[in-house]
Amino acid sequence: MKIACPVDEKTMETGVCISFGRTPYFLIYDTETKQADFVDNSAAASQGGAGIKAAQTIVDKKAEVLLTPRCGENAAEVIKAAKIRIFKTGVGSAIDNINAFLDGKLSELDEIHTGFHNHGG
Amino acid sequence: MKIAVLSGKGGTGKTLVSVNLACAAKSSIYIDCDVEEPNGHLFFKPTNIKEEQIKVKIPFADNALCTGCRQCVDFCKFNALAYAGGQLKVFENICHSCGGCVLVCPENALAEKERIVGMTHKGDSGNVTVYTGFLNTGEPSGIPIIKKMIGENNQKRASLTFIDCPPGSACIVMENIKDADYCILVAEPTLFGVHNLKMVYELVKLFDKPHGVILNKCQDSENPSEKFCVEQRIEIIGRIAYDYELGTLNSNAEIAVRSSEKYKTIFSSLLQNVMREARHGTTINPKR
Repeated sequence: MKIACPVDEKTMETGVCISFGRTPYFLIYDTETKQADFVDNSAAASQGGAGIKAAQTIVDKKAEVLLTPRCGENAAEVIKAAKIRIFKTGVGSAIDNINAFLDGKLSELDEIHTGFHNHGG
Repeated sequence: MKIAVLSGKGGTGKTLVSVNLACAAKSSIYIDCDVEEPNGHLFFKPTNIKEEQIKVKIPFADNALCTGCRQCVDFCKFNALAYAGGQLKVFENICHSCGGCVLVCPENALAEKERIVGMTHKGDSGNVTVYTGFLNTGEPSGIPIIKKMIGENNQKRASLTFIDCPPGSACIVMENIKDADYCILVAEPTLFGVHNLKMVYELVKLFDKPHGVILNKCQDSENPSEKFCVEQRIEIIGRIAYDYELGTLNSNAEIAVRSSEKYKTIFSSLLQNVMREARHGTTINPKR
């Protein structure tokens, strides 16, 4: 199973990025091979619709689970169409959160925000 | 002659200036492009209103023909398309109706449908033909409505048109001024007013438009906007006093030029200044 997570840096110690759509990178973790792959988020520089494009990247990488602190409604629509489940990250690094998810300690993200769309956040 | 009236923030007097200048002219066209909250019609109270719905084209996919190649998804600069779970998703509020996705689809799986984003009213108020644009609540962009109203009047070079712009200096204001022959910047006598004046001043310079400033709400005290104009050598085409009578007329949705001889004289002379500057501006920039 592949797990996707927005991250600030391309290192194993990286923290989780607070933005899904405009995160610089995604960490794609394969639970079978225990391989971690970093993917550039080409949506980060988009004028608009970043969440949609970022979600497309996650879908194309065939992730089955997304760990993120928050997610906008447009991105969530794409992610849910691909039957990817979204879990809310807690404290700690990206790897801490992946381990927490594998231990069943993360809960599904149920607050989908309506997007910040040039209004900060 | 098309004259755009703009300011960096709301409430500086764009509508006051454009409505009264339009009324002071022998005959004119007034276009309210502040489509999120048009208010010029409250003053004009136009009659014989012709309503027109404004539609944009939005793509939709025939999922039986779509092979999931994603050429449309990659093409869309606005990220209005996504392919997930074996289906193409169209985000209608993000689409800018460029039609590019339909052109690039190799399977002819995309077609366009119409979506209503707002409406325009065209009516008469004495010597003024009044256009008002209304954007539907929740719609992200009023540009299609503005394009329609300005486009409809673009051929009429001979007539005098006043464009009452939305506040600020964003894309929607650029759409308003790009075909204008002259821009009037309305400014308040405060430091905040100067900041907002700078924003629109930079915009009209970027667009290389002839322009001048009307200082509104002038009092006896120091006027930071006037100081800015003098420093930057921006033409001051008029001053409107911070006046109880004008405030009262305006609050009662009356047009000062039509209700007060004093203001008829003031705005007629302001209009003469504007026309002289605008003609001068277009003479030294003949391409406009």
